[in-house]
Amino acid sequence: MTLDPFEAAYDGAPSGQLTTELDGRIVLANSTLLSWLGRPRDAVVGKLRFADLLSIGGKLYHETHFAPLLQLQGEVSGVALELRRSDGTRMPVLVSSAVQYDDSGVPALIRTTVFDAQLRRAYEEELLRERRAAEAARSRLQAALAVLQQSLLPATLPTVPGIAVAAAYHTASIDDLGGDFYDVFAIDDERWGFFLGDVSGKGPAAAAVTSLARYSLRAAALHDPAAALSTLNALLHERYIDGDPRYCTAVFGTLRPDPATGQVAVRFASGGHPPPLLIRADGSSEFLQSTDGTLIGILPDSQFPLTDVTLTPGDLLLLYTDGLTEARVGGRRELYGPEAVQELAAQYAGLSPAELIRALSEVLTSLGPRPTDDTALLAFGPPGPSGRQRGA
Amino acid sequence: MAPVDILQRNNVVVTGNPDGRTIVLAHGFGCDQNMWRLTVPALVPEHRVVLFDYVGSGRSDLSAFDEARYSSLDGYADDVAEICTALDLTDAVFAGHSVSSMIGVLAAQKAPERISALVMVGPSPRYIDDGDYFGGFSADDIDELLASLEANYLGWSTAMAPVIMGTPDQPELGDELTQSFCATDPAMARVFARTTFLSDSRKDLLTVQVPTLILESAQDVIAPRQVGAYVHAAVAGSTLVTLDATGHCPHLSAPEATNQAITAFLATLS
Repeated sequence: MTLDPFEAAYDGAPSGQLTTELDGRIVLANSTLLSWLGRPRDAVVGKLRFADLLSIGGKLYHETHFAPLLQLQGEVSGVALELRRSDGTRMPVLVSSAVQYDDSGVPALIRTTVFDAQLRRAYEEELLRERRAAEAARSRLQAALAVLQQSLLPATLPTVPGIAVAAAYHTASIDDLGGDFYDVFAIDDERWGFFLGDVSGKGPAAAAVTSLARYSLRAAALHDPAAALSTLNALLHERYIDGDPRYCTAVFGTLRPDPATGQVAVRFASGGHPPPLLIRADGSSEFLQSTDGTLIGILPDSQFPLTDVTLTPGDLLLLYTDGLTEARVGGRRELYGPEAVQELAAQYAGLSPAELIRALSEVLTSLGPRPTDDTALLAFGPPGPSGRQRGA
Repeated sequence: MAPVDILQRNNVVVTGNPDGRTIVLAHGFGCDQNMWRLTVPALVPEHRVVLFDYVGSGRSDLSAFDEARYSSLDGYADDVAEICTALDLTDAVFAGHSVSSMIGVLAAQKAPERISALVMVGPSPRYIDDGDYFGGFSADDIDELLASLEANYLGWSTAMAPVIMGTPDQPELGDELTQSFCATDPAMARVFARTTFLSDSRKDLLTVQVPTLILESAQDVIAPRQVGAYVHAAVAGSTLVTLDATGHCPHLSAPEATNQAITAFLATLS
């Protein structure tokens, strides 16, 4: 038998070729497909439907995805299915089908091309295995990072007599460690220490510096705040002098509540950190930035001048990292900015630190899918006398 | 959730005759509300038609996906009941394709005042054979389906978003609406597949007390004739219509016969 060139091209094509009725009954199949199936022509053509050639899983997939798509849009391409061969083995294929219309535009037949996808499937399975392994590794890493991040922050804030305290930490990415830190702790019977800071960079190296900064500051808390920051400065400078310089910014201070007056004497020093925001009970507010020191860990002999401020009942002092002021507004280039922080915070004059932190946290959440940088927030103040205070 | 959120969550579309009886059309496992494309035109002159996508399918709000909730048909039925409440439906007819037939049974239990008749297209209360019960599949078969979903994991999620040819006579069903149908998130599709094909709703069929139409294809590997007969026997007073159709989607492969059976059933409801 001699085939004409078109028939020969069809029959010997390096892909399986198939023509079916609209209900799937096979009316034409080429030799390539029949040899893949291992079935004689007369056992297939006129006997089986396209779905009969598929594995059971493939059949279900055909019914729930392939056939409806073909009916809805007239063509489907590149769907992975498996042929069931006569010897019981499966052959991975990629299938494309198109509806052929008669002269009046009515669907008449379905033409299907079947590609051998054995090598591609093996490769995809390899990719899939790798992907699953990567997903598993990622979730293990995220769990480890969450534990580690938690270890860099106080589990709970202490109860400080005469002072309400609130804090929050917003993680920018669950795939990385942030370098922000804060703490509040007792120094002696009369004084409490607090600090909040931001280490340069992210990841494990930054976390190591964070850990070092936290424990150094707590250990140095018996000294005055300027001396404590100087200690940390010397430590960071000495340790990271070669190769990979590491520095941080921080505000470190002490609180001395006076039970007689309800006032709190605050003494703090800042090393290159965004200025704390003072919100007075009467609604006035200011950034306390007059005596800002240099970054901590850059120069061997940095000075960190002291600032003193007295909080009266209803006043609040807010410490934050630049993740707050540099949060992107609505994902645009525009930053949230210190003015917006001040404006919002002033509305919380006379209210509790917890309410202020909650409001700022809502802002951070609302500013976009995720802020770009981690953010630590810490606020405290002696509770106000008036009914405006709505609890911690 | 506020009603408006539920309507967004499930991409609810309301069309048709606002004065007519409401019929809710629920898609099955696989694609989305576009599956009802050829049914809607037959219903809109006399009925108010509600279409929606299950969470995880079509243009639903994927952020609302909750694996625990959607790991049982109850979760999907809760969604249906919430949609009915959000639209304040009463005496609606719920038409479900495939697994949605069983979701409709559960939803009618949850909101009996809202759903007063059922249409089941290609229903099966259980896909896996169980003793004397013939579902058409072994547990291994279903594992194989889950594996074939897996095999399309790479291609399906990206390359498979189909570029649809516009339908000249229905321009409203243009590109944007239909581009993503059937291209569900693979992880969510797996949950829906497992929930669908491992479910067993045989006992629930016995609770049905509303007029019920069962439509089956003459040839359907997913819901064979024996299963249609089982559903018909289990649902008291139900009507079984066997359509001269092939495949699991008679509303696509034999739309005229399907529409005729549905409208005839709707006409019998008081």
